[in-house]
Amino acid sequence: MADTGFLPKENLPALLEALSKKFAVFAPVLDGEVVLFKRFAPGATLCLTRPANLPPKGIIFPQSETLFNFNFKKDPEDPKKTSLELKENLDFVPTIIFGSRPCDAQGFRIYDRVYLETDTADPYYKGRREKTTIITLACNAPSPGCFCTSVGRGPAESDGSDLMMTELGKGYFFEPMTEKGKEIFKDSLFEDGSAYKEQAQKAHERVSALVKKPFAILEGTPEKLLSLFENSQFWEGETAKCISCGACTYLCPTCYCFNITDEQVGNSGERIRSWDACMFFHFTLEASSHNPRQNKHQRLKNRVGHKFSYYPKKYQGVIACCGCGRCIRYCPMSVDISEIVAHAQGA
Amino acid sequence: MSSIHNPYLPEIGTVIKIIDETPNIKSFQVVLNNPEKMKNFTFEPGQVGQLSLFGVGESTFVINSPPTRMDYLQFSVMKAGEVTSALHELAEGDQIGVRAPLGNWFPYAQMKGKQILFIGGGIGLAPLRTLILFMLDQRADYGDITIIYGARTPNDLCYKDELKEWEERSDVNMILTVDNEFPGWDKRVGLVPNVLKEVAPSPENTVAITCGPPIMIKFTLQALSELKFKDDQIITTLEKRMKCGIGICGRCNIGTMYVCKDGPVFSLTQLNELPAEL
Repeated sequence: MADTGFLPKENLPALLEALSKKFAVFAPVLDGEVVLFKRFAPGATLCLTRPANLPPKGIIFPQSETLFNFNFKKDPEDPKKTSLELKENLDFVPTIIFGSRPCDAQGFRIYDRVYLETDTADPYYKGRREKTTIITLACNAPSPGCFCTSVGRGPAESDGSDLMMTELGKGYFFEPMTEKGKEIFKDSLFEDGSAYKEQAQKAHERVSALVKKPFAILEGTPEKLLSLFENSQFWEGETAKCISCGACTYLCPTCYCFNITDEQVGNSGERIRSWDACMFFHFTLEASSHNPRQNKHQRLKNRVGHKFSYYPKKYQGVIACCGCGRCIRYCPMSVDISEIVAHAQGA
Repeated sequence: MSSIHNPYLPEIGTVIKIIDETPNIKSFQVVLNNPEKMKNFTFEPGQVGQLSLFGVGESTFVINSPPTRMDYLQFSVMKAGEVTSALHELAEGDQIGVRAPLGNWFPYAQMKGKQILFIGGGIGLAPLRTLILFMLDQRADYGDITIIYGARTPNDLCYKDELKEWEERSDVNMILTVDNEFPGWDKRVGLVPNVLKEVAPSPENTVAITCGPPIMIKFTLQALSELKFKDDQIITTLEKRMKCGIGICGRCNIGTMYVCKDGPVFSLTQLNELPAEL
């Protein structure tokens, strides 16, 4: 078997159909005007020309999921006596994320350090992550707001991906990055790709040069942000436009905060985990009514601080932002995190 | 249940006793239903747990019985929000979920041989109670023990029976105070930080451990500083809104530190290195 492969564009549906027999395959499809990762079904119209509006994070970290079910049982002999049963479900199906972008795939690496590489690994994340293979499409043009090269990444970065693909004219060049990726690559639909390797390399370099660079270096940024922590004038100015809607966090491939709530009907119910957002007033509101982040500038400061200061300080300098630009593209008030960081560097 | 450790899955316990501490604080003594798990349960003084009422939710409370007394785990709950109000409706014999122990603990090993100064306000005595009882159970390991404890009124003082016991002990210097004059109250009157300044304990070879409402903590830290206590001689235990309890869900961070996992116990030296976001 060759190290790399080539797949003519017309064979892509056949590949996905073949993979769908063994995996739950999620791929970007056009839904009205937005591109979303959806379960692939034969005949689906893929949209690989621009990054999906919502990253594929929900496939491994669902927007809402049941942590366990609880059930109160009354003793028929003594109805005053109730016993309680908890049931968790940690069975997950083999899954493929097809057509994620390098920024999306790296988002999972940001999660891994928090959810897996700790003494209390998250069994739900772990279960899905281990069963998921990520096939990533290198970007062939930057989207508005993208700034991946400024956060030490790039439009063809392979970290976090199992199999990389690059669009080259009439087909896609494939390169497996992990054992999981090699498994997929075994499919007979692939032709030998060695003749295309150089062409792919050149395409990567070309796109990389096109990505905007709002800031040149990040060295010293974590410390700089910390030094500005009590400068509320700076933060109030930077966040004046923000309406605390939280869209940035829901669209972000590296935002991973969650809430835990209970829902009950009759004698049984579920404990549910759902995405949450540090942009919301209630996120840190305590029962005493004390709130350490009661103003919006304190909340946005936490989002910027977490990505560009706290996380890198905790994890060997890794910036918890992939530069995908979604929070910039889709912010209803045009708040631009790359601008805030650039301003902080110059403040 | 699966063999993978699931940190979100509570153990089921039974509330064996409920004590009315104050008009809005109750203590719950809990025993895990699985005798093997109860027997093997270990924790350190200062660690917290999440109590679950299924269908309502979870909240974080310190385990305020010491690891030297393992007949049950005790939690004290001030009625404030949804979960705490529901907890106050419990009856003895009711089932409850417990995820514990979580977080770090008081560095008691480094306190051996030192004079210990506890400064508590209101429900803030709960975490101190764990350490006080732990130290009293190993009394010879520690020097003088002084406890300054206050509440708004005499009715708002927690653990009244124990306060009386500690007052009667010759090896504990117990100082009680209430904010204002109160019929029948013959002890000190005044806010905890002011009483601390009046008592003026020496910082010499002393560790101060404080917990209480934020405003009390603020002025207590100032008072300790006036009494020439150094930052590394001052230890406090913090509270934040928490959900996961394992440093993931993102709401209890102060900069890089998660109060649920890296805390709740911090020295003032450590706190001073963090952004001011209490």
